[in-house]
Amino acid sequence: MNWLSWLQFPLYVVVLLLCAKPLGGYMARVFEGEKNCLTRVVSPLEKWFYGAAGINPNDEMDWKVYLLSLLAFSLVGFIFLYLLLRFQSHLPLNPQKLQDVSPALSFNTAISFITNTNWQNYGGETTLSYFSQMVGLTVQNFLSAASGIAVLVALIRGIVRQNTHRIGNYWVDLTRSVLYILLPLSILLAVLLVSQGVIQNFHVYQTVQVLDPTAGLTMQTLPMGPAASQVAIKQLGTNGGGFFNVNSAHPFENPTPLSNFVEMISILLIPAALTYTYGKMVKDARQGHTVLIVMTLFFIILTAISIYSESKGNPGFAGLGLDQTAGNMEGKEVRFGFVNSAIWSTATTAASNGSVNAMQDSLTPLGGLAAMWMMQLGEVIFGGVGSGLYGMLAFVIIAVFVAGLMVGRTPEYLGKKIETFEMKMAALVVLIPVLTVLFGTAVALMTDAGKAGIFNSGPQGFSEVLYAFSSAGNNNGSAFAGLNGNTDFYNISLGIAMFTARFLLIIPIMALAGSLAVKRSIPVSAGTLPTHTGLFIFWLMGVILIVGALSFIPALALGPIVQQLLLGSGRLF
Amino acid sequence: MSGLTRTTNLSQNSIFRVAIMDAFKKLNPMHMVRNPVMFVTEIGSLLTTILWVQALAGHGEAPTGFIGVIAVWLWFTVLFANFSEALAEGRGKAQADSLRKARKDTPAKVLPVVYENLEKAQKGCHILSSTKLNKGDLFLVETGDVLPADGEIVFGIASIDESAVTGESAPVVREAGGDRSAVTGGTQVLSDWLIVRVSTDPGEGFLDHMITLVEGAKRQKTPNEIALSILLSSFTIVFLVVCITLYPFSKYSVEVAGQGTPISISVQVALLVCLIPTTIGGLLSAIGIAGMDRLIQHNVIAMSGRAVEAAGDVDVLLLDKTGTITLGNRQAVEFTPVHGINGKELAEAAQLASLVDETPEGRSIVVLAKEKYGLRGQSLGSSQRAPSGMHFIPFTAQTRMSGVDYNGTNIRKGAPDTMIEMVIAGNGYIPAELKETIDRI
Repeated sequence: MNWLSWLQFPLYVVVLLLCAKPLGGYMARVFEGEKNCLTRVVSPLEKWFYGAAGINPNDEMDWKVYLLSLLAFSLVGFIFLYLLLRFQSHLPLNPQKLQDVSPALSFNTAISFITNTNWQNYGGETTLSYFSQMVGLTVQNFLSAASGIAVLVALIRGIVRQNTHRIGNYWVDLTRSVLYILLPLSILLAVLLVSQGVIQNFHVYQTVQVLDPTAGLTMQTLPMGPAASQVAIKQLGTNGGGFFNVNSAHPFENPTPLSNFVEMISILLIPAALTYTYGKMVKDARQGHTVLIVMTLFFIILTAISIYSESKGNPGFAGLGLDQTAGNMEGKEVRFGFVNSAIWSTATTAASNGSVNAMQDSLTPLGGLAAMWMMQLGEVIFGGVGSGLYGMLAFVIIAVFVAGLMVGRTPEYLGKKIETFEMKMAALVVLIPVLTVLFGTAVALMTDAGKAGIFNSGPQGFSEVLYAFSSAGNNNGSAFAGLNGNTDFYNISLGIAMFTARFLLIIPIMALAGSLAVKRSIPVSAGTLPTHTGLFIFWLMGVILIVGALSFIPALALGPIVQQLLLGSGRLF
Repeated sequence: MSGLTRTTNLSQNSIFRVAIMDAFKKLNPMHMVRNPVMFVTEIGSLLTTILWVQALAGHGEAPTGFIGVIAVWLWFTVLFANFSEALAEGRGKAQADSLRKARKDTPAKVLPVVYENLEKAQKGCHILSSTKLNKGDLFLVETGDVLPADGEIVFGIASIDESAVTGESAPVVREAGGDRSAVTGGTQVLSDWLIVRVSTDPGEGFLDHMITLVEGAKRQKTPNEIALSILLSSFTIVFLVVCITLYPFSKYSVEVAGQGTPISISVQVALLVCLIPTTIGGLLSAIGIAGMDRLIQHNVIAMSGRAVEAAGDVDVLLLDKTGTITLGNRQAVEFTPVHGINGKELAEAAQLASLVDETPEGRSIVVLAKEKYGLRGQSLGSSQRAPSGMHFIPFTAQTRMSGVDYNGTNIRKGAPDTMIEMVIAGNGYIPAELKETIDRI
C-alpha cells in the first residue's frame, strides 16, 4: 500500500465533516422555518403546494396525528408503487417492452422503497421500465428519505418543547425536506455526475461491438436510461437502490474516481449533517457533536478493520503465486481499488444506504463482518437520513438511564426526565431490529425454501442469509449477493422484515416525541449528568457495543468469524 | 430514633438463618415471575435438572457430569439472588421488630381516675405494657418517661422532647386544655408530669404507623426500578432469542459442514444465563432495600424506595426549623460573658444554677463548665438533699428557669426573656450589649 492509498480514508473523513457542518446549520434553519438562501426561490412553490393540498402550515399536530399522517402517506405510496410495477407493460417509457413484475417481487420492491431500504431482488435493467424507475422508485427515494427526516425533526421538537402536545406538521416537514434539502442537493449532484459521464437518456438499449473480443463474444448490449437523476437521490437519501443491477460498480452509474469520491461523500453527508441540525435545534451544539463523534469513531474503527483486511488479499491466491500487493481484488473494480471499495462498503452499511461499488460477497471475511456488524448495530452509526439519528437517540436515552441509575439519580436528558414510558419506547427501538434479524435468519435456515436460495457453501452461505436479514431488518438494503432473493419465500419474508424495521420503530419514536413534549424541562443542576463529555461519549459507545456485540456475536461466530479462522488454514468457501 | 439503633443488638446469625430458609421458599414460581430475569434463570435450572435426570437414565444429550455442573451453578445463582433479597428484607424486618419491641417495652402507668397530685398518682397507678392500652385509658408520665401512646393531656403541664416526631430540637410545652394538649407516643417528657388520656386504638398510633412503614416500604416498586426492569426484561428477551435462534444456526452449519453436532440445550441454557443481566436482576430488590437500610442507619426512615431515589435527587435541603435536626437535646457549647464579667465567673454561676436542671440543656452546661474551666460541679438530682445553706430551684416548664439561693445570693439561669423580666422586676441592670449578644446567637 502506498501513501496515496493510506491518505484516501483520512481525506474522506475530513471532507465529509467539513461539508456536514454548513449543511446541518442550513437544515436547522429550514425546519425552524427561518429565512435561508433558498427561501426566495422555493418559498412560492412551497406555498403553492400547501394551497393545492389545503394544508395550513401553521396548524401543528400531536404525535398521533403526525404518525397517522405518515403511515397513511406511506400506505398510499405502497399501493401506488405496487400497482405501477404490476402494470408497467401498459405504461409509457418502456422501450425495451419489459414485462409486468410478479406479485411477490412487486410486493418486496414496493415495501423496500417506501421503507427507505431499497433492497433489490430485481435487476434494474432487466426488470424495470424507465417509467417504473423514475415515477415509481425515484419518487419513493425522495419521499421515504423525507419521511425519515420528518420523524427525526418531530422527535427533536419533542425534546426541545415543553408542556405541549404539538410537535409540528408532518406535511410541512415532508415538503420542506424534499423542496429545500433533497431536491436542490440531488440536482447539484446529478449535474456533477453527468459531467463525469453518468448517463441520463431515454434511449433503447444499445448493441455495440466489443473492442477486445474474448471467448467468441463480439457484440454486447449496453443498457441505457435516466441514471444520473436516480443515482443522485439514491446516494443522498441513503436509499441505495441502483439503476443497474450491479449498482455503483457499473461504469454508467459511477464512471471515475472523482464520481466515486463524490458519491461516497453523499452517502454519509445528510446523516452526518443532521447531527449539527440536532445540536442547533436543541440549542446546544455540543449535544450534536457528541453523537457525531460516537458515530465517526465507530465508523473509523470498522473501516480501518475492513481496509486492513482487504489489503491483506486472499492467502489462497497468494499460495497460487498470484500477486496480492493490490489487496483482495475479487469482485472489485480496478478503477476504484480495494481502499475505496472498503470505505464504500462500510459507509454504505453504516448509513442505511446499501449501494455498492464492489461485491460484498467477495469481501474478505473480516471486511464482510465489518459491513454486516454496521447494520446489526441497529443502523445508528450515521444510519439512514433521519432514521439513523433517531435510532441513536434511543441508545442515548438508554445510556443516560443506565448512567443515571448508577449514580442514584432520576435520569434526565436535555432537561427531560427519562421515565418508565420513555424506557419502554427506547427498549422497543433497540429490541425490534434484533428480533427481526435473528428470527428471520432462523426461519430461513429451518425451511427448505430458505435454504434453496443459498449459493455458497459453509459459513459463507450462512453469512449470506444472516446478511440479507441484517440488511432488511435494519432498512439498509445492502446485499451480500450470492443469495438468490427473488423467490416467493425471500420476497415475502424480507418484505415483512423491512416493514417491521421501519414502521414498528417509527411508532415508538413518535410516542417518545409525544411524551417528551408534554414534560416540563428541568433546569440543569450540579447533579445533572452532562451528555457532552468525553466520558459520556465513551459510555454511549459502550452501550451500543454491548447491545450490538452480545446480540450478534454467537451468530457472527458461525459466519464470518469461523470463516476467517478457516481462511488462515487455507480453506475457502 | 434511639429505638432504631437497637437493631444491631439483634443477632446477625438469626437473620442469616431466616434468609437461607426464605431463599428456598422464594423458589415458588408465583413469586419468581415478578422478577423476569431470575424467573428465566429458574426455568433454565429446572430444564437442566430434567436433562441431567435424563442423562442419568442414559439418554443424555451431553456428558452427565457437564449437565450436572451447569444445573448446580444455575440453582446456586437463583438461590443466591433469593438469599440476598431475603437478607435485605430480613434487615428491614429486624428494624420493624426492634421498633415493635421498643413499643412493647415501654411501660404505661395506667391510672383508674385523674389524680391531681403526683404522689397520689404514683401510688394509684399500675404498670401495663403499652400495647395493651385502649382508647380512653388514662396513664401517668413523669420526668424522663417515654409516652407509651398518643393521647390528650387531661391534667398537668410539662416540657416534652418531640424531636423524634417533629425534628424540633427545643423542647415544647404541652398542657391540658387548648390546642396544645395532644401528645405523641414515642416522645419523651423532660420535666414535670402529666396525666394523659389515650386517643387512639391499639395498632393505630404513631409508632404503629412507623412500624408498618418500615415493614411495608419494600413492597412498592420505584419508578426507576420499574423502568429498569423494563430494560432488563427487554435484554432478557433479546438474549432469549439469541440463544433460541442459535440452534437452527448451528444445525444448519452442521448440515453443510457434514461434521460436528448442533448446540446442546444445556449449553444454550448456560449461554443464556451468562448473557442475560442476571446480576442486576438478581440483586435489584436487594439493592432497593439496602438503600432504605442505609437511610435507616442514619436515622432517616424512607417510607418507600421512591423516597430513597428522591434522597438521591436532593440538591438543596430547605428547613423551616433551626437547630439540630432530629437530635432532641440542645447542648451548651460556649459561655458568652457580658459587661466585664470574665468567662470563669460566668461558668461558675451557670454551673451552680444548672446543677438541678435535669434537662439535656442544663446537664450540658454543667459538663461544659467542667470541660472548659475544670469546675467540678456535683450533679444533684431534685430528690437529693441539698448541702446546708443552699436552696435549689429546679427547672420547670412553667418558670423556664432554674437556680440556687445561697447566703442570700440568688443565681438563676433560664430562657432570655424570663431572665430579663426577672432582672427588671428586681430593679436590676441590663447591659445593652446583652440584648445584642442574644440576638446574635
